[in-house]
Amino acid sequence: MSKPVDHLNKIKHSLRRRNRAEARFRWYGRVAVFIGLAAVAVLFGDIISKGHGAFQATYINLSVAYNQDLIGVDNLTDPDELAMGNWQALPKAALRAQFPEVSGRSDKRKLSGLLSSGAGYDLKDRLLANPLLLGETESIWLLADDDIDTYYKSWLAGDAYAARLTDKQIIWIEQLHQQGQIRLQLNTNLFTRGDSREPEQAGIRGAVMGSLLTLVLTLMLSFPIGVSAAIYLEEFAPKNRWTDFIEVNINNLAAVPSIIFGLLGLAIFINFFHVPRSVPIVGGLVLTLMTLPTIIITSRAAIKSVPPSIRQAALGMGASKYQTVLHHVLPLALPGMLTGAIIGMAQALGETAPLLMIGMVAFIVDIPGSFTDPATVLPVQIFLWADSPERAFIEKTSAAIMVLLTFLIIMNTSAVWLRKRLERRW
Amino acid sequence: MPSLNSWAYLFLKGSTSSMQATNLLILLLGFGVLAFYLGRGRSLAIAAPLGGIRKLHSLPSYYGMHAALWCALPSLFLLGLWLMFDESVINSLVIGSVAADIAPIDTATYNLLLNKVANLADGILPRKGQTESILAASDHMQSLRVISSWSLTALLLALSTAGLFWGWSKTASDFRARPAVEKVMQNLLLACACLAIFTTLGIVLSVLFESIQFFRSVPIYDFVFGLEWSPQTAIREDQVGSSGSFGAVPLFVGTLLVSAVAMVVAVPVGLMSAIYLAEYASKNVRNYAKPALEVLAGIPTVVYGFFAALTVAPFLRDLGSSFGLTVSSESALAAGGVMGIMIIPFISSLADDVITAVPQSMRDGSLAMGATKSETVRRVVIPAALPGIVGGIMLAVSRAIGETMIVVMAAGMAAKLTANPLESVTTVTVQIVTLLTGDQEFDSPKTLAAFALGLMLFTVTLLLNIFALHIVKKYREQYE
Repeated sequence: MSKPVDHLNKIKHSLRRRNRAEARFRWYGRVAVFIGLAAVAVLFGDIISKGHGAFQATYINLSVAYNQDLIGVDNLTDPDELAMGNWQALPKAALRAQFPEVSGRSDKRKLSGLLSSGAGYDLKDRLLANPLLLGETESIWLLADDDIDTYYKSWLAGDAYAARLTDKQIIWIEQLHQQGQIRLQLNTNLFTRGDSREPEQAGIRGAVMGSLLTLVLTLMLSFPIGVSAAIYLEEFAPKNRWTDFIEVNINNLAAVPSIIFGLLGLAIFINFFHVPRSVPIVGGLVLTLMTLPTIIITSRAAIKSVPPSIRQAALGMGASKYQTVLHHVLPLALPGMLTGAIIGMAQALGETAPLLMIGMVAFIVDIPGSFTDPATVLPVQIFLWADSPERAFIEKTSAAIMVLLTFLIIMNTSAVWLRKRLERRW
Repeated sequence: MPSLNSWAYLFLKGSTSSMQATNLLILLLGFGVLAFYLGRGRSLAIAAPLGGIRKLHSLPSYYGMHAALWCALPSLFLLGLWLMFDESVINSLVIGSVAADIAPIDTATYNLLLNKVANLADGILPRKGQTESILAASDHMQSLRVISSWSLTALLLALSTAGLFWGWSKTASDFRARPAVEKVMQNLLLACACLAIFTTLGIVLSVLFESIQFFRSVPIYDFVFGLEWSPQTAIREDQVGSSGSFGAVPLFVGTLLVSAVAMVVAVPVGLMSAIYLAEYASKNVRNYAKPALEVLAGIPTVVYGFFAALTVAPFLRDLGSSFGLTVSSESALAAGGVMGIMIIPFISSLADDVITAVPQSMRDGSLAMGATKSETVRRVVIPAALPGIVGGIMLAVSRAIGETMIVVMAAGMAAKLTANPLESVTTVTVQIVTLLTGDQEFDSPKTLAAFALGLMLFTVTLLLNIFALHIVKKYREQYE
């Protein structure tokens, strides 16, 4: 037999070991939480550091002479003449006037490469808005090319990225900078224009409108249908195999990969019913089917949380089952249902994969105005830009992501707020 | 409340007929409102000489609702059906009666002809330079469309007026309007609930039909067990690699590899943070850390894809080259790792649910026996919660398998049979997207292959989900 002191020592030893294990375990937990939080921080930090620059764009100040002979337009009301006008000559001439020493074809081309290829059309719009300018000269800030924009921003930040510029262009930019003729301005194009192949002219307006139209349709369809289904399942459905089957179906649909809904949309809506591709209608229908399970499940939870005493009181007063539900249960469950609807819409707003299947991935410049116009949505726009080779699109993509995340944060916080504010605890 | 049929199909057409449908819908709704007031008015008129609405079976508004439902519902149903089928009926009528010289011989020429005639009828194609018979066909189509739209309007008006009159004439003091209305409403609610079944059915049918067509040209054995994936089909006979090969094993392996990487990241981190937040963290930490972690669940996958492709992948490549390793810039590691981050909150919230559902008495018992907190967690809480945790992990796996955007943006396109996470692999979802984006004809094996892959994906995730949900449900019942 061993002595009691031995036992005590053994226990002390093992206790130390066990306490160390306890501390280690605790640290594992802390590290895990830290990894998760660090991921959030790195993700947001990365996106913001890449994208904040896109909210500003480089503009170059030039004195532009609206020379009739140069454009070849005398009558500003004649659409044919306007279409034939040589608008690109205006910014080119202004640049030549700014740098008269430049000669040679290739140098001249490099010089006109300082400005965005859309600068001439911007001047055309300005001229059409103020016809009196024809024949006059004015000093105006013009949008710079995306390569210039990238260089100028990186140069200002002290880490110049000049891979796509020639030495002469860099000298010109420095000259402009010394004369205060180049600066960063708020990038309004980002919010007022549709997509473009030229990064400096590309904006998210079209995608935001497309998202809005698609979401409106999704909400209009999925909220009433989802709430009706939830009411039926929670209040009226008899407990039998059929309703069990419906329940299993709903729970499974909530976990089906979203891309499968895209295949469904492609096969049924586009190939069977011949709905045109790329329009918000198909997008809305597909997203409706996708968000329905979420809305049904949250609406059911909301209905369930209304205490039975309310129903019993209404029934006791002689209300029919429908009057009970419509007049008493539904109003009390509505905040919870709205929360669910907002969460479902946030999910739909961020969804990309099914929309790729139904052709919302097309390159669309025009801003959609109705449910039947070809459109794209914000996440798909992000996908398209992320795929573009131009370096300037990285910045644009990050900026679009920031806009998307802002919408999502607003939606989710309003859902949380709504729940806190309106939901009653019984 | 209008059902999906009537709502959706209104919008399902091009601009002109959708305008017509919208107008008709507004008209029908107006009729419904009118019917409501007429029905209610009649019930009030009937009740007045009898001594007030007490003498009616139902409240006056139910008589109004009854008339409105009779007026609007059948017409909405007809409108839905009409819009669903009128185009195909017109098309078959037109193509069936074209002159012999342009009569289609197969589906391709059929579609071509149909497009041409439809574009002519819409005025998209100029009439100049078209043959007589095509012009005749397009005129025929145009006249049929006019007939269709007028007869639709006339029929709808007749039907809704008849319904209105019927509903209105039924109004009587002993007519049981409320049960009648409630019965209709119950059926509408049931129809909404059944939509979930129709969606599932639609998914199964659409994927299955195309897959069966695909398996006619590519044997199912070659698809499921083939080791080579290169879905190019030849345009010319003598083209290099003209016979596309559709062996999906490399895709399955790639999918599993990426999912495995994701799980290696997500399971330990998600599980440990759930344990820490549920068992150790102070209330304050829990209140802040939990929603902060849940932010990860709300970020769209396209954002993760961008992050993986532009930040994580180059970082891993540079890190690898500094250790002398060649890491592909589209490595499975980058895509899988970022996917793992995405899944962390999914696992942690599911694990949190099941851990907090373990009764406190079990913990108390363990602690009373002198176990430390971590021993309690490892030996008592986790084993008790294990079924729920396993179910949650299986749901997470099904999510990883079906995840699309991250892999489309950060994983490769080329199918490679490898288990090395540093190399570039492709997945099932990536191939579905690549095969189906852009314009394509609908019956080439290339596009049909996407549906066969979709069938595989749906089946696997469905089985995982059913199994996982079953486990979770069983587990919940255990402690309730």
